[in-house]
Amino acid sequence: MNRIDAQPTSGASDTDRPLVFDVQGLNVFYGDFHAVRDVELPVRQNEITALIGPSGCGKSTVLRSLNRMNDLIPDARVEGQVAYHGVDLYGPEVDPVQVRRHIGMVFQKPNPFPKSIYDNVAFGPKIAGVRSGLDDVVEDSLKRAALWDEVKGKLSESAYALSGGQQQRLCIARAIATRPDVILMDEPASALDPIATLRIEELMFELKEDYTIVVVTHNMQQAARVSDRTAFFTVEVGEDGTRTGVLVEFGDTSTMFTNPSRKETEDYITGRFG
Amino acid sequence: MTTTTPDLTGDPARHRKERRVKMVMLAAGVLTIVVSIAIVLSLLSEAISFLTQIDLGQLWAKGWFPRRGRFDLRTIIVHTLLVTAVAMVVAVPLGMGAATYLSEYAPRTVRRVLKPLLEVLAGIPSVVLGFFALTWITPNVMRRIWEDTELFNMGAAGIAVGILIVPLIASVAEDAMRAVPDALREASYGLGARRRHTTLRVVLPAAISGITAGFILGASRAVGETMIVAIAAGASGGSLLTFKITEGGQTMTGAMASLAIGSDQIAGVGAAFQSLFFVGLLLFVFTLILNVASERVIRRFRERY
Amino acid sequence: MTNRSVPTTGDLVAGALKGRRLDVGGFVLVVGLLLALLISMIVLVTLIADMIQQGLPVLAERGWAFVSTPLSPDAHDAGIVQGIMGSLGLMLFVVVIAFPVGVASAIYLEEYAPDTRLTRFIVANVRNLAGVPSIVYGLLGLAIFVKLLGGITGGRTLISGGLTLAILVLPIMIITASEALRAVPMAIREAAFGVGATRWEVIRYQVLPVATPAILTGTVLTIARAFGESAPLLLSGAVLSLFFASPSGATLWDFVAHEKYTALPIIVFNWARQPQKEFVALTAAAIVVLLAILLLVNATAIVLRDRFERRT
Repeated sequence: MNRIDAQPTSGASDTDRPLVFDVQGLNVFYGDFHAVRDVELPVRQNEITALIGPSGCGKSTVLRSLNRMNDLIPDARVEGQVAYHGVDLYGPEVDPVQVRRHIGMVFQKPNPFPKSIYDNVAFGPKIAGVRSGLDDVVEDSLKRAALWDEVKGKLSESAYALSGGQQQRLCIARAIATRPDVILMDEPASALDPIATLRIEELMFELKEDYTIVVVTHNMQQAARVSDRTAFFTVEVGEDGTRTGVLVEFGDTSTMFTNPSRKETEDYITGRFG
Repeated sequence: MTTTTPDLTGDPARHRKERRVKMVMLAAGVLTIVVSIAIVLSLLSEAISFLTQIDLGQLWAKGWFPRRGRFDLRTIIVHTLLVTAVAMVVAVPLGMGAATYLSEYAPRTVRRVLKPLLEVLAGIPSVVLGFFALTWITPNVMRRIWEDTELFNMGAAGIAVGILIVPLIASVAEDAMRAVPDALREASYGLGARRRHTTLRVVLPAAISGITAGFILGASRAVGETMIVAIAAGASGGSLLTFKITEGGQTMTGAMASLAIGSDQIAGVGAAFQSLFFVGLLLFVFTLILNVASERVIRRFRERY
Repeated sequence: MTNRSVPTTGDLVAGALKGRRLDVGGFVLVVGLLLALLISMIVLVTLIADMIQQGLPVLAERGWAFVSTPLSPDAHDAGIVQGIMGSLGLMLFVVVIAFPVGVASAIYLEEYAPDTRLTRFIVANVRNLAGVPSIVYGLLGLAIFVKLLGGITGGRTLISGGLTLAILVLPIMIITASEALRAVPMAIREAAFGVGATRWEVIRYQVLPVATPAILTGTVLTIARAFGESAPLLLSGAVLSLFFASPSGATLWDFVAHEKYTALPIIVFNWARQPQKEFVALTAAAIVVLLAILLLVNATAIVLRDRFERRT
């Protein structure tokens, strides 16, 4: 282990935390297109794992294979194993709908439903059959997403009336409301201004007390600021010009950013690439 | 926070419901294929029985008089083409002019008023246009040009059919012109071209296949239009072959309508009734060819932009 | 020209850039294009004015009686109540059959269907069906509903006509509903899937509510089209005569259940064929009523669209 690092991020080197995801030999194809190749990725509980890399490196694809969102893309094919608490997510008995209740998702652009703030948050629990105590679930979720104080007086107003940053926190509240244990975030702050971005980052820090978070970002400072571990992906251009995403390096964020073991990682982090 | 193995199998009742819903939706989708099959089968079976009942020479007789066993195809096909040609002569310049003006010249406010009006024109039922052809177009247009125009004539019917398809041609052509990227227009202006040169030499050629598709679609509609012809083109009962648009004549759809009007009397018996289906089959094939052709042309246009 | 001073470069450039030379060709083109558009408008205005002018005397003289009395061979007594009720009854079939089946097909094609050969075939088939001339649907109605299923439909009844019209507008319904569904942003579907909704829950609770205004507007416009349609009814059994016995009652159901039926556009067609002069005015009056109803239906569509647009 790296000793130069004087102040490791909380628990960053604590390899004893239980594994939430164990990704082994993951390959994703879109039709004939080989999107990512041979990814090995452990994700540990109550940590923030960041997936970084240049565009087209397949980081979002890997993220989407963690809650089977790739199933929604026609001709997408996933090979390899994604174990979630030891259960193969792509096993024959597994229902992708059920998977997404345990593993919530926040998207790149805030995408609230064109409904009231309340209905946005309540939708997940409602379809999961929650009938009573919905108000409490909504309030609790909005509090956890640090949005409650701003919206408590106007829960029945349209979600579209909120600012971009508020909308994104609403989407986080919506994801929390189904009581997941993992939250996947696909560049959650890329469409927001710097102040709103900061709020989201602070929120992620609070959320990891209760949830495991996997976040895709192309903003390296963000990865360095919030994550415990970082996976660096890049694009490999084959002889025939095909582009495939590969995982270059995975490790503690502090190590990756101070003493990367691979030259590609260093080049990317120092801005010589991408 | 649970660390126990999560249950990811899902509720079987929900799975069943999901499958049931999907099957219902699929059934609705498949119903459209059933409709197509039903159309083809009902047309084919009666058309074939028609062909077996008559002597094929009857399809090449003197005029179209089904009740007298004369089913001259030339007559109704030539008349259909005449009416369609008149319709196109009216609709192509009007539709193209309207589309070009709306797409390239009209200020936004003008567009907002005129475009819905064009849609209103598209919503006028064809019976109404048929009556208009008979009572207004014949005296005020046809007889002004050709004094000896008959009361029922293919010219007035053709003009009315043309009015009917103006909105169709205009809207397809306008869509095609608006789909031409602005970069092309800017490139033309950048070279110092005037607007009319940009419109005529850049936008129109770039949109030509989309526009052509609109013409074909318009022609297909004209061929299949029934009520205008049935009211204004005359010759209920039958007609001899004529090339004069000032005279009445039976078209394919007109022949079908007049057989239908009399179908109380001839229902189920004799070749006259079944000739209805034979003509229907011809009409179906004609319009299908035109529609597929326009679809092809438009697809090629889409691939380019 | 006494000023012999040499012009500066600036003068030359200014001279070259000046002068909005009148572009005669361009002017002629604009006038021509505008004329094309205006002619279409003039035709529309002429048509409506002509119908009103011809039909107004009848409407003024007969008043409400024209719409509330049945057909009669005597032009002075003839009314259109059977046509209006028949048309309303026909629309009932369009709404009850074409609307749900059309929306369901569209949902299948847009939300469920994998990109297979069957799907592509269905889509192409729907487009082709939309281009089949309406009189061909009349033949279908005659062969299937009047003759083949005559035992169930009763033959030349409003049921046969209604089913024929419903099938006629089905492809148009599917196309409008598909467009409405396609306009719903993907992000909304992803968000709903992301919180663990099944496909049907995504459609039912998120996609359909967003698509509803466009679907309803399209449906109303489709109904307007069906209302003015007459060619298929000529074949699928609408009564084409100057007089037939009216249903015993006056409710819509009496007209639907009556064994004979007609429709407003069919009455227009039939009167238009009559040689007597009184029937010309009568036809125009019926056309005025028909156009007024269509205007009302179209206005409903516009109001619907506006109401929903303002809400979101």
